[in-house]
Amino acid sequence: MSTTMTHDDHHEEHPTGLSRWIFTTNHKDIGTLYLLFALLMFMVGGAMAMIIRLELFQPGLQFVDPQFFNSMTTMHALIMIFGAVMPAFVGLANWLVPMMIGAPDMALPRMNNWSFWILPFAFAMLLSTLLMEGGAPAGGWTLYPPLVLQTGNAFPFLIFSIHLMGISSIMGAINVIVTIVNMRAPGMTLMKMPLFVWTWLITAYLLIATMPVLAGAVTMLLTDRFFDTSFFDAAGGGDPVMFQHIFWFFGHPEVYILILPAFGIVSQIIPTFARKPLFGYSSMVYATSSIAFLSFIVWAHHMFTVGMPLTGELFFMYATMLIAVPTGVKVFNWVSTMWRGSMTFETPMLFAVGFVVMFTIGGFSGLMLAITPVDFQYHDTYFVVAHFHYVLVTGAVFAIMAAAYYWMPKWTGNMYNETLGKWHFWLSTIFVNVLFFPQHFLGLAGMPRRIPDYSLQFAEFNMISSIGGFAFGLTQLMFVYIVFQTIRGGEKATDQVWEGAEGLEWTLPSPPPYHSFSVAPEIK
Amino acid sequence: MLVPTFKQKLASLAGLAALTGSSGAMAEYALNLMPGVTPLSQSAYDLHVLILWICFWIGMVVFGVIFYSVLAHRKSRGAVASQFHESTTMEIIWTVIPFIILIGMAIPATKTLVAMEDVSNSDLNIKVTGYQWKWGYDYLGEEVGFLSSLSTPLAQVTGEEPKGEHYLLEVDNPLVVPINKKVRLSITASDVIHSWWVPELGGKKDAIPGYINEMWFKAEKEGTYRGQCAELCGKDHGFMPIVVVAKNEADYQQWLSAQKTANDADAAAADREWSKSDLIARGETVYNSSCAACHQANGQGIPGAFPGLVGSALTTGPKNAHIDIVMNGKAGTAMAPFAAQLKDIDIAAVITYERNAWGNDVGDMIQPSEIKAAR
Repeated sequence: MSTTMTHDDHHEEHPTGLSRWIFTTNHKDIGTLYLLFALLMFMVGGAMAMIIRLELFQPGLQFVDPQFFNSMTTMHALIMIFGAVMPAFVGLANWLVPMMIGAPDMALPRMNNWSFWILPFAFAMLLSTLLMEGGAPAGGWTLYPPLVLQTGNAFPFLIFSIHLMGISSIMGAINVIVTIVNMRAPGMTLMKMPLFVWTWLITAYLLIATMPVLAGAVTMLLTDRFFDTSFFDAAGGGDPVMFQHIFWFFGHPEVYILILPAFGIVSQIIPTFARKPLFGYSSMVYATSSIAFLSFIVWAHHMFTVGMPLTGELFFMYATMLIAVPTGVKVFNWVSTMWRGSMTFETPMLFAVGFVVMFTIGGFSGLMLAITPVDFQYHDTYFVVAHFHYVLVTGAVFAIMAAAYYWMPKWTGNMYNETLGKWHFWLSTIFVNVLFFPQHFLGLAGMPRRIPDYSLQFAEFNMISSIGGFAFGLTQLMFVYIVFQTIRGGEKATDQVWEGAEGLEWTLPSPPPYHSFSVAPEIK
Repeated sequence: MLVPTFKQKLASLAGLAALTGSSGAMAEYALNLMPGVTPLSQSAYDLHVLILWICFWIGMVVFGVIFYSVLAHRKSRGAVASQFHESTTMEIIWTVIPFIILIGMAIPATKTLVAMEDVSNSDLNIKVTGYQWKWGYDYLGEEVGFLSSLSTPLAQVTGEEPKGEHYLLEVDNPLVVPINKKVRLSITASDVIHSWWVPELGGKKDAIPGYINEMWFKAEKEGTYRGQCAELCGKDHGFMPIVVVAKNEADYQQWLSAQKTANDADAAAADREWSKSDLIARGETVYNSSCAACHQANGQGIPGAFPGLVGSALTTGPKNAHIDIVMNGKAGTAMAPFAAQLKDIDIAAVITYERNAWGNDVGDMIQPSEIKAAR
């Protein structure tokens, strides 16, 4: 016992100030860095969205030229996906996985430090392209050749920044897998793990399987541009559609990378505030696994219009429709968990219930998009834009907000301001729907996506959508305020924080010690 | 398109602050997919409505349960949590029922898809080529072909003129087809990927360099149908609309013969000597429809993206190099080979124009016969 003590004391001598954050190998410090970085990128990507909505406020070109507009849509997507949502989830995993499985830290702390510190460089490189001759990348985040090959000096910076983001994600994923597989407390069997841990384990495997595919695809773009290969150049015997197949073989699992941890978060929060166990724990695990499996065999539904053979279109239509089944199982389980519970609606619960409702709306439009003959009408319109923003903003981002409110008292030891939190939820929910719901109508009425100017029949809904966008954007400044206010102080949180909270992280003090579980807890 | 000036930006900010609407015609709030005018667009619409209603009712049930639960099962109303969980029966029920509903959707969807992909037995074949940023149409077997680009004046885009009724959805040369005929489109592209889409004709198909994709439609009503490029294709992706005019058979035949007559006139024009002023006048029109999108109407280009032509080595240097780059393009850049798009007379005219406009004062001219010889 005494040796354990001295060992711990040695670790407590960590540097302070800036070097604490640069050299840290602590899962909590790195989690904090990831989360704050994600918040910063959320604001940067959000500012770009504001520029997009400003230009689309009225028909005509008022503020930006079309090339810059295309840069904004491209950069907004890259930053929100790779800079905001993914790092936020990795940050949550860093903070929560060791505390939830009864481990002292992540398994590979130095790699953990490295995988975070790659990111600021990757995004500095990506953002620097805004100042380059020829402008920032403007070919869409999907990087389709031949268009992306027309990018100016920014091109190699774009490719290398994606390589860096990929390396960071893969290292983060390896760390999560190794931690979960090796460092669970005695008695913490796989089927006793909290769902957040489960969904992250599956997400980590998706990351390891798909990020190298993206890296390969963008490397082929690089050699096509600079080393005279013709992977995607029809004139040289290559195939531009092959890029799309490779990209979406990464891209579809990627969208589940962006949503599975959100499923985990909501599955933690709803039972707490319903004061009732999750309705079907094992079916949730199986449903998540099925979704992960299906994500590898549905990629071509993003490219129904490229001219696939009929049998190909039918296969991808049926496989995509099938995803509705496990996704439905998840929604039904959340609803059954709420049913006949004893619910209270603190901010995390509000965001979680908002998630279930609005993610389901995004699921419905997803099902509609799966129907190939109608997708020929929906494809590349604002209907698609509305769909993926419902699953990514009211889905992934709402879940991240819910998680922040839910665990912030544990992380900081301080309660956040509940009144402000509720205002943040209601304003966000109202304005996000003003922002994205009319985009369904725009798409159905025939407005293509990624256009800086539009014909007059789209004017009204674009104006409504822009107003919703500006208000939603402003509302998020509240979130920044609430986060920093909570970090600085506030009503002291108890160890359990929430009356109905269950799980190992709530057995630790608030805030928890630097090393979560120096002695493995006992699992019943 | 032009970069908006600072003054225009200021004016727009003022308009934004006052929440004024757009100028010009305000159409009604369009909410839903268009049923369209072809059998396929109608079946796509029917499928859309069917699935929308299925989703609506599932949503009503799920959201109904959520809202009831949120209202009734709250602690503040004294609700006591029951501790039930895990029920294999329930899990099986809510797996099997959605599966059956999905099969109900898949059957009509499959039927429609099979019909859409059947491009056999067409009455008329048209090759569609996507360019940055216009469309080319070739009536196969008819020796008729032309380019179709945006005809909305730039002044409407920048807000100096009020926007017209068909703002951004109007072209100089629309695609003309006969009604009640199965029209097969063979779709390709010369530079980057585009996508040909007219909602009322049902569906879209990507135009991909190196590929020939096929789709078909049969317009059942005379009229003008408007659509847009649906795949991001660069700077002016939002400015390459598609207009299809469906005419009855007699009107269509009349249009077709007028096209052939105009073709013959152009061919004859290429054989004669042109005066410099005629070349420059024609060249300006060609320049504005084919070159100005990148090199700008004033020839200044966009620094870093598209080179300027005013006083450049190319436009004031030897004419053979100039002819070569216009006809064959420049690999690795957005500069397209225009030999495939433009007629001899148009290439000759536009090069003459570029060498003698905006203060470029080379003074020489290029005859269509030189272009013919260079092919």
